[in-house]
Amino acid sequence: MANKHVNAVVIGAGAGGGVVAKELATGGLTVVLFERGRWHTFDEHGDDELTSQRTFPLKCGYGPDSERNWRMAPDGKNGWTKVFPNEWSYGNNAACVGSGTVSYGAMAWRYQPEDFHLKTKYGAVPGSTLEDWPLSYDELESYYEKAEYELGVAGDPTNDPYIPPRKNPYPMPAFSFNREGIILEKAAKRLGLHPFPIPMLRNSVPYNGRAACIRMRTCVGFACPVGAKAGTQNTVIPVALKTGNCELRINCMVSEIIVDEKGKAKGVKYYDSNNKLQEQTSDLVVVSASASETARLLLNSKSKLFPKGAGNNNGWVGRNIQDHAYTGAHGLFENEVFDDVGPGACIAINDFNHRSPDIIGGGVLCNEFIRMPYQFTSVRPQGSRMWGKDHKDFQKKNFKRHIVIMGPVQEMPVFEKMVEVDPVVKDFWGIPVARISGFRHDNDIKVAHFLADKAEAWLKEAGAIRTWQAVPGKQSTPSQHQSGTCRMGNDPKTSITNKYGQLHEIDNIFIADGSLHVNNGGYNPALTILTLGYWVGGHIIEKWKGTKMR
Amino acid sequence: MINRSFSRREFVRLFTGGTAAVLISFNTACKNKISQWRYLNEGEIGLLDAIVEQIIPTDDFPGGKWANVSNFIDKQLNSYYRKHQMAYRDGLAAFEKTVIQLRGKKFEELTFNDQTAILEKMEAGEFSGDYWKDHSSAGFFDMVRQHSLQGFYGSPAHGGNREYISYRMLGLDYPNVIGQNRYNDLSWRKYNPKSFENGK
Repeated sequence: MANKHVNAVVIGAGAGGGVVAKELATGGLTVVLFERGRWHTFDEHGDDELTSQRTFPLKCGYGPDSERNWRMAPDGKNGWTKVFPNEWSYGNNAACVGSGTVSYGAMAWRYQPEDFHLKTKYGAVPGSTLEDWPLSYDELESYYEKAEYELGVAGDPTNDPYIPPRKNPYPMPAFSFNREGIILEKAAKRLGLHPFPIPMLRNSVPYNGRAACIRMRTCVGFACPVGAKAGTQNTVIPVALKTGNCELRINCMVSEIIVDEKGKAKGVKYYDSNNKLQEQTSDLVVVSASASETARLLLNSKSKLFPKGAGNNNGWVGRNIQDHAYTGAHGLFENEVFDDVGPGACIAINDFNHRSPDIIGGGVLCNEFIRMPYQFTSVRPQGSRMWGKDHKDFQKKNFKRHIVIMGPVQEMPVFEKMVEVDPVVKDFWGIPVARISGFRHDNDIKVAHFLADKAEAWLKEAGAIRTWQAVPGKQSTPSQHQSGTCRMGNDPKTSITNKYGQLHEIDNIFIADGSLHVNNGGYNPALTILTLGYWVGGHIIEKWKGTKMR
Repeated sequence: MINRSFSRREFVRLFTGGTAAVLISFNTACKNKISQWRYLNEGEIGLLDAIVEQIIPTDDFPGGKWANVSNFIDKQLNSYYRKHQMAYRDGLAAFEKTVIQLRGKKFEELTFNDQTAILEKMEAGEFSGDYWKDHSSAGFFDMVRQHSLQGFYGSPAHGGNREYISYRMLGLDYPNVIGQNRYNDLSWRKYNPKSFENGK
């Protein structure tokens, strides 16, 4: 029996898709929300580090599974090799209801106003496709606020002179600092810096019917046992389902957007939970499958008018993929600095985000989330022996005497850093797989060294007796912060969508995920992806009222 | 905090108990010709035990062998690490052969320090011989090293980290009781009392 026609198909129930589904369903549209994964709970996973979403040698607990999903990655010898989701060269983001927002660290950053016009601020950057966003921070401000209030953010900007302008306070008070935070706050002030509590998509007080945080050790990489961490799975998706307008179809893999002879999207083809190929027709399609999978789906949706994939006549779909060049420093202390008050990350400074001469971009600096025991086995100064007595001694002596300060360097978009579809290899369902390749821009490495110096100085001031830097190289596979593959812009020659996430070439296909980001900010991107969900969803509702997209 | 330290007496008690348990099952396995292992055989386990004991040696706390790291690896070779089955089978055999060529006896029979020296050679990729022409000894060592650390420091649910030994060693509460494991330490509340009052 054919599926009933609906107004909108939304592909991917993560940060962007969850919000769009809720906006459309509450706006009166009928919606099918597709998710290739399923629901997850804390009880199912517990505190098992080896299958978390943070360290995943055995599997990615929150998806995707390695039995049906793989990609190709450069093998370093001008060829390609098959890689699985729990290998770093795959570039994994979660795949479940809520996606990354189930198991993330939940930092709730607004991008800086400058992030939306980097090219104007710094000028063109040779070797980069850097461009201004077609929208400004001011246009997004009320949408950021909506995301903060509907999902719930705890924060206090009082001590941050560089906080992006905001009309209203955070809906919840900030979290207290753990012992690391207390030590680092004093040191930062002595250095003339401006430390403040990290805003979090996590309840510091009961909020919207969900409990307050219980400060677990196993937060980042894990689901929350009490639902204090806000994800789309425990906020907007339940609201969408409650309207009666939205059907969530889990364990369903969308393989293609159907585009007709006139260049309009007619719906999607997908493999249902029994791996049977089905069709779902709709008036419009929203793709929010993450920067790599959104690009893959568009590239796999070939039609008469779009032989290179939906909306890809300019060849820019999948180009400019970015992540963050995480950089920073480690410090060892004489006394124990670990107090087991989770999630660990609590203190930040914005002093080196856009405020440094000769530095393009920059990033926030934060103390790290709690390092679990296996994760800590790789924390050693360069040149250390990674096994044997010394290794075990280090583990024993320093597990509780270790602070890391890290920052996400805003990467410069590079045209040759990209997602493509492999011409030969197909996944379990027979869908051509993604392959990701390319290198970081030199500027990212320069900024990474700059920020690592600052992080190391901060640790030394805090009393670290031994410090070392951790600076990334040019090799990277964008994973949990992936972005930029279907960027928005005013020029249809160098972008995929307009400022509302609507494809330049197919007016009833929208994008609502990190793919839209022109650049990725010096921050964790989740709040901005949620915010763009409200922005794109709101625009669809407005447009729907007049035209019904037909 | 509970059980920060692991007393020597307790360790000895656990250690001897554990050995007895392994011996009993070993005998049973021999009599019935049924291995207690899932993929590896007794000989391979013996060799692997000696290697994991080098990766995580016994000191005031038990090492990789006591913590059932070989059991972890064997278990994963029959589930998540199926793809590494041949690497272990062929790698361990080639390793054994290489050691006999170098020292005239089996790895398990060498002194602890000599075992360390062999593994250092292996880690540096210095093994030669037919097998190591196509397989880097450094790569094989690093795989076993990583799997050993996973077995020792990961969740006991996967067959290693017996009795949460690594958590005890690090002074981490185990299992991680949901909520507050820190009734005696309220220092974290002192910062920003206002935020705390609003908070709870």
